[in-house]
Formats: sequence, structure tokens, C-alpha cells
Amino acid sequence: MKKPLSLIRSVPLLGFLLVADQLSAQSSSTGSSYVMYMLIGLGVILAAAAIMSVSENLMQIEAQKSGVDTTKNNFSIIPNFSELFGKPAPEYTEGAQVHQFNKGHDILLAGEADPSVIKHVDVSSFALRPVNFRELSPIPRMLVKAGQEVHAGEPLFEDKKDDRVKYVSPVSGEVAEIRRGDKRAITDVIILADKAQRSVKHDVSNLMNATRDDIVAFFLKSGAWSHLNQRPYDVIPDPDVIPNNIFISTFDTAPLAIDYNVVVQGKAEVLQAAVNVLAKLTSGKVHIGLSADKETAPATEFLGLTGVQKSWYKGAHPAGNVGVHIHHTAPINATSVVWTLGIQDLLTIGQLCLTGEYNAERVVVIAGDQVSEPQYVKTYSGAKISDLLRGNLKGDHNRIIAGDVLTGKKQSDDAYLGIHDDQVTVIKEGDDYEMFGWLVPIKPRPSISNTFPNFLYPNHRFEVDTNTHGERRAFVVTGQYEAVLPMDIYVQQLTKSIMANDYERMEGLGIAELSEEDVAICEFVCTSKMPLQKILRDGLNMMREQG
Amino acid sequence: MGLLDFFKKIEHGEKPKTLVGKIGHTLSDAVFTFLYSPNEVTAEGVHIRDGMDLKRTMFHVMIALQLCLLFGTYNIGHQHFTAMGQYLGFLEGFHLKLFHGFIKVLPIFLVVHAVGLGIEIYFAAKKGHAVEEGFLVSGPLIVLIMPPDVPLWILAVSVAFAVIIGKEAFGGTGMNIWNVALLARVFIFFAYPTTISGDNVWVSGFETVAAGVTAEYGWVHNIFNVLFGWIGIDQFQSGGAIVDGFTGATPLALAYQGGWPAVTEVYSTSQMFWGTIPGSIGETSKPFIVIGAIFLMVTKIASWRIILGCLLGAAGMGMVLNLWGATPFMTVPWYYHAWMGSALFAFAFMATDPVTATSTTRGKWIYGILIGSIGLIIRILNPAYPEGWMLAILFVNTFSALIDHYVLEANIKRRLSRA
Repeated sequence: MKKPLSLIRSVPLLGFLLVADQLSAQSSSTGSSYVMYMLIGLGVILAAAAIMSVSENLMQIEAQKSGVDTTKNNFSIIPNFSELFGKPAPEYTEGAQVHQFNKGHDILLAGEADPSVIKHVDVSSFALRPVNFRELSPIPRMLVKAGQEVHAGEPLFEDKKDDRVKYVSPVSGEVAEIRRGDKRAITDVIILADKAQRSVKHDVSNLMNATRDDIVAFFLKSGAWSHLNQRPYDVIPDPDVIPNNIFISTFDTAPLAIDYNVVVQGKAEVLQAAVNVLAKLTSGKVHIGLSADKETAPATEFLGLTGVQKSWYKGAHPAGNVGVHIHHTAPINATSVVWTLGIQDLLTIGQLCLTGEYNAERVVVIAGDQVSEPQYVKTYSGAKISDLLRGNLKGDHNRIIAGDVLTGKKQSDDAYLGIHDDQVTVIKEGDDYEMFGWLVPIKPRPSISNTFPNFLYPNHRFEVDTNTHGERRAFVVTGQYEAVLPMDIYVQQLTKSIMANDYERMEGLGIAELSEEDVAICEFVCTSKMPLQKILRDGLNMMREQG
Repeated sequence: MGLLDFFKKIEHGEKPKTLVGKIGHTLSDAVFTFLYSPNEVTAEGVHIRDGMDLKRTMFHVMIALQLCLLFGTYNIGHQHFTAMGQYLGFLEGFHLKLFHGFIKVLPIFLVVHAVGLGIEIYFAAKKGHAVEEGFLVSGPLIVLIMPPDVPLWILAVSVAFAVIIGKEAFGGTGMNIWNVALLARVFIFFAYPTTISGDNVWVSGFETVAAGVTAEYGWVHNIFNVLFGWIGIDQFQSGGAIVDGFTGATPLALAYQGGWPAVTEVYSTSQMFWGTIPGSIGETSKPFIVIGAIFLMVTKIASWRIILGCLLGAAGMGMVLNLWGATPFMTVPWYYHAWMGSALFAFAFMATDPVTATSTTRGKWIYGILIGSIGLIIRILNPAYPEGWMLAILFVNTFSALIDHYVLEANIKRRLSRA
């Protein structure tokens, strides 16, 4: 909605200038007529602009009164140029509005896996990691002991602060080890998996007619609750608060990320069951974010979902981030409560709601230029990384990342995947010196800068290493972060306000809308090598403590 | 490799305790990171980083300045000989002009970098961090905005002022409020105004610029004379004197007195465009400045919004002043203002300094338009000094943070109204 008031207010000012000019023209001779004509011309333009914006606002009001959706269609007098001149949206969007992002950057890496083949791999043990759950106390209350036999879906530990939320085992088998880290904090609960998997069985015959409170109680005790994520702050949702909306993104644009279209094949019923139950838990809607970027349509399992609000997005990374979807659909602030979850978590919840069994099957993509055969594998949540990578690594000085290269965590060989990890990336460690590396780099490297010849080879896939390519400096270059993040947030100023512990400014600039995965691309492009994700998390922790 | 091992030994050796030891360590670290990019790997956060870093960014700005530097060096010689009525064609006496310019520019270059880098290394050693790359750009910029005959001791004091008070006092690279190169020039402007303004300073090699004054050559010129003699080409003749009628006035000084007709009496528009006019070392050659600016915009190092904003602001204010037309200077057509003085140089290299400019994209438009308008006002309406960009840019630098503040306030209000 444009603001005509400021335009209308300037007309009296213009009138005053005209009168003043005429009075001064009495004293001087030439030149004033030019100024007068210029002022009159300016006045005409201002009056026209005021009339146009008033009429646009009236049109918007009329449209709203008659009930037409004002966000989808364009009601202003000036035509929407991107509709006229831009590329038409793909047919599979069927005329729905497509959010087109000009900002963002896709990092193309070597070591892509082929999604059409999902291999089976033998993984001996799986873990549930308390460190994956942000506000869980470092030593949760253990409900099992080492050596105990558990079923899939059986509670392993609970939070001392709120013992309604149960954290359950991904597989059935024997509890092999309760691994501890610093200060006896529990880092992994490791289960040695059975050959044949058995799950606990819940009675879900009445789930679709149950009240919200009953569904919440079921989720809490069955372990479904541990798969949900609450924004802002990325914590396990508070069971006593009803979220405004639930957002799910069906595509991941991170480097070498998994293609969810192959993951959901044949699981349309499971997805629909999950979505139906989730719709009852929120006061708003379940939003599904779909990709309009590819030539082929998203999976029919996604397109066929009913009872959800679908939105389409097109653009480079981070177009697939759920935070970006939230920003463009229903933006949040520090007091909002919004839930998000991943597709594989959605499948687990759907299976629980449909059959009452806990199924933590996961498709994991193993990718990166140090992987001999990048592939998709089928396993369970929390798989042992060395089993997944067995015999598949090149070289001996690698970095194993659970997750993608932007947001993942570095892991050692005997570590386990987290509950939300569906990717293992392996790249070279870059801890050697390169002569004049900053001036004439020998190896090609990904960059958004045009000082590299990368723009000549837009489809080239890079082999990368973990070298920082420069030392940390103060903020010098500006506008870099805003050029890759398609959100109306000034990331550099937000980062500075976090570093200055300025709570009000942090909140005003929109820290609540961001998560680490959203600023990860900004951290990648940062010329001054700032640790943006860490700074953001410090800021979010500060805001969370405030209450 | 021998060199790499040598540096690694110093890098991982004992931490020095004395100040001299620290300075030595800082210096060796600076040379080390210049020769070899560091072996640091990513820790928390992202695992891969963009290949671009600050060294590379600053280096590309330096590349963009090289054409201006080369032309400016040659132009110093050209103006010197044109004043005496010799070698009037641009390429006549090529070797004489080039070496005369070189003899004038090299000491300036060395003094600026010795004083500036010396101070930066001292502060970096004291604070215990690496020498930061800001001076890679400020150094050549200071050289390019100085008149060719600036006394070296004044130059050294001004660089010391600019680096210590303008940059290090605020926290080093990335923390300064005002443009460091312009601070050096503004120091000389206010403390030693006769060395940087007036008609005497823009042509080098003469005590004052008046008819009959003879050229002065030092011992370096004599060394080159010996070399030229061996090869058999023209030498520096010590008897040459300035011809009658040559004033050494820059186009701006002429425009102030008599408007555009006074300028075109002495200089043709093509002369002013190509840059064979008296002026500061780097500001005269418009095509090379434009090439440098386009290079910086294509590589996304300089913000095109600032440059375009400056051009629009200057054009707009030029048109307004043309309409007013009270003094001869105001009647100079608005599109000819870029031909005179340091307007294009200031837009392309001074205004676009990312640290001192606004950081929001909307703010960059306001920043550029303000610089363009205010600079032209100071140039035309100021009776004491016919150039305004240095003062305008420093003035608007003071308000960059305020402009950003209001852009951010608008963003905050927008967010609140959404909730």
C-alpha cells in the first residue's frame, strides 16, 4: 500500500515555493520564469503521483471488500513488469503465484550423487544424540541402561525440565553404549541394531477424531514430538503453546543436498496422514514449499497433498530454506511460534499416525569430491558414519561433515549422524600454504566475485577444500550479505548489533526470522571471514534468555 | 621449500617480547601472508569459504588505479615541457616527459608508503594483529591526489595525520569514519594551503609559474642526462623558461573567472577529456578513470549505486545552477563539469570506499546524490577554492552512519507493522 499522505503534504510546500518565487521575481528580471516553470512542472508530477497512489489504494480496498486475494493478483495501474517480460512460470505450477528470488547463490560442487539409485548399506549401530536437541540439558534423565534390549520407538531418555517429551530409539536392538563427553554430558546413546527390526505399537485407531490435547499427548509419548522444530530459536516445541503455522520445505538447495522427490516415492498416504494430523495441532495452516526451479515438476506425492497451503519458490540457494519461505508467506517476530520439520521427519510422524509404528528409516546421500562413489543409501536415523563411508573414501586428509558444507558439523570417523542429518559430505582439508594463492589461485574455487573467471563457466562443479582463503578482518565490504539472502533483513547491521549486545536493535532488525542455515550462505560469501553463524546463535541465545 | 620453511620457523617460533621484536614479527608476517596464502582451515560455521578475501579486493582496486598513475606520471612531464613551449605534441620528447614524471612521482610514492605502512606496522605490532590491507589502496590514492611538486616533508606529515588520527585512532582498517586519502589532502589544504591550491602548484619543475621562470633540475635529472647522452637522444636542457602567456591555471580556475568561454580559450574539450591539462597527478585523464570505474563495477568491488548517485546528484545540481546563472561559473553547462577538476576521480575511487560510505543499498543512493550535489555547490559557490569534492565527500562521510540509521529505522518500522 503506497502512502499518498506524504505526496499530498508536499503540494502546499510547492505552492509556497511558487508564491515565494513570484515575489522574488518582482526584484530580479530574467531566470525566474525558468524556475517557475520547473516548479509548476514538479507540482504537476507530484499531483499526478498523489492521485495515482490514492486511486491504487482505493482499488485495493475495493478488492479486499469483494474478497479477492490481493497478494496473488496485481491491482495497481502500472502493470507488473516481471509478469510482462520475465520468463513464464512452469506449467506444473498451474498459474499459482511463484515467488521469484533474484538474490542467492548456488554453490556447485563436484561429487554429486545420482538420485535414481538408492543403495542398501549395512550399518551396525545407530545413535540418538542428546546434543541434537538444543535446550535439552546436557545430562538428560536416562530411561534405559547399557545392555538393555529396546524396540524402535522406545523412550531412551527424557528432559528433566519437562519430562513429557520422550526421546525414542531409532532402531531396535541392544543399547551398546551411553557415550559421554565433556563434564559427563551424554553425547550419544548407541544402539547395536537387530537384523530384523521391531517397533513399539501404539493404538492410533482413533487418532483422526481425537482432540488436540490427545494428539499432543500421543506425540509426546511416541517420540514424534522430538522430530518437530520450533522457530524462532530452533528448539523443541513447547507442548503448551499452539503454533501460528507449520512450515515444511520440500526441496533443499544446499550444495549436494538430497532430492526429496525420490525419498517420498510411494509414500503419498503416509504424507497425507502426517499432514492431516499436523493441521489439527496448529491454529493456522500447514504450509508446503515447492520448487518451481526445475524443468520437471515436484513429486506427485507432494503435489497431491490436500488440506495444505502450497507455495512455489524459484531461485538459487537459499530458496529452499524454510526460513525464507516463512519470511515470504507469514513473517514471524520474537513472540511468534511457528513449527518446522523436515520431509523425513514428516514421514516418520506419518507412519506413526497411520499404523502406530515408529519407523525411522532415512535416505542419506553420501557426496563430495573425496567420496569414490557418491550414492544415495537407505538406512535408519543416526547411522554410524564409518559404516556409511566404508571403503568409499579417497585420500587420507579429509573432513567428514554430517550435513552439507554450509551448515553441517565436522565429525570424526566413529561419530554418528544426527536426527535431522540426511547428508554426509566429505571434502579435502585445506591446511597447506599456497604461494600467491590470493593473487593467482592455481585451483579453481567457488566465489561470487567476478574477479575469478567463474562467470564464464556457469555449470562448472568445483572441488573444494576447507581453507579459509584469507584471514579474518573487520567488516569492510558492504552489501555482500544482502545480495545473497532473499529476505528483507540487513544482515551486516544485525550482526553488528549482536556483537554490540544491542537487544532492541537485534530484535528490531529481525533476528527472530533467522536461523543458522539462512545466514550460512552469507557466511560463505563474507570477504572478511566473519563467523556469522556463531554470532547469530549467540544473539539468539541472548534473545532466548531475555524471555 | 626453503622459503616456506624459513617463514614457518619465524611464524611458529617464540612470541617476541620487545617492541622491536614484535615489529619484526609483524613485518615478517606481512611479507609471509603476501607471498603465501595462509593455511587456516574453517572451524565452526561453514566448511568452505569464498575464494575472495580482503587482500584480493584491495589488490584489484590497485590494478584499477594503475592506468591513471601511468598517465599522470607522463602528464607531469608533458605539462612541464608545454609550459616552456617545448615538445608541444603529446608524444614528442616521450622519454624526457616520462622520466621527468617518474622522478617526481617516485619520491612521493616512496614517502607515502614508507610513512603510512611504517605507522600501520607499528600499530599492528603494538596491538598484536596482522597488518591489514587498507593501505594497499589508500597509498596509491594519496599519491594520485597530490600536486606533483608537493614538498615531501609536508606529504609525510599529512600521511602521518591521516593514518594515525584518521584511521588507527578509530581502530584500524574497517573502522574509520572519514576517507583516509582525503584526510591527507585536507590536512595539507588547511595547514599548508599554498602548496596545494592556486595556480603555481599544478605544473612541476618551476619555482613559480610565471613568464620567464627557468626550469630547475636536480642531480637525478643529470644522471639521466648522462644516460640519454650515451644513447644519443634529447637531454634535459637547463636553460628553458616558461613562455609568455602561460599561467598554469587549471580549467577550474579559468571557469571561476570567466565561465566556459574562458576555459575553452585556453584548453580544448578534447584536451580536457583526454587529460593533457594541469592538475593533481591522477585526476586528469577521464577515459582511464572511466575504465578503472567500469573495472571496479564489473568486479563488484565498487558500488555502482554510489557512482550513479554521484553522477545524478551532480547533473541535477548542475542543471539547477545553470538555471540560476548568477555568476560566470554557474553558467558552465552542467555536462561539462565532469571534464574539469577531479569530479570523476572522486566519484569512482573516493566516494566508493565501502568503509566510509553507507552500508545499506538504499543509503548508497542517498549518499551518492548528496555527494554529487554538495560537491558541485562547494565547487561553484565557494569563492576561495574552485574545487569541492574532497570537502563534500568528507562532509557526507560524517553523515553516512546517520543515513544508515534512518534506513534501518524504516526497516524496523516495516517489520513492526507486519507483526
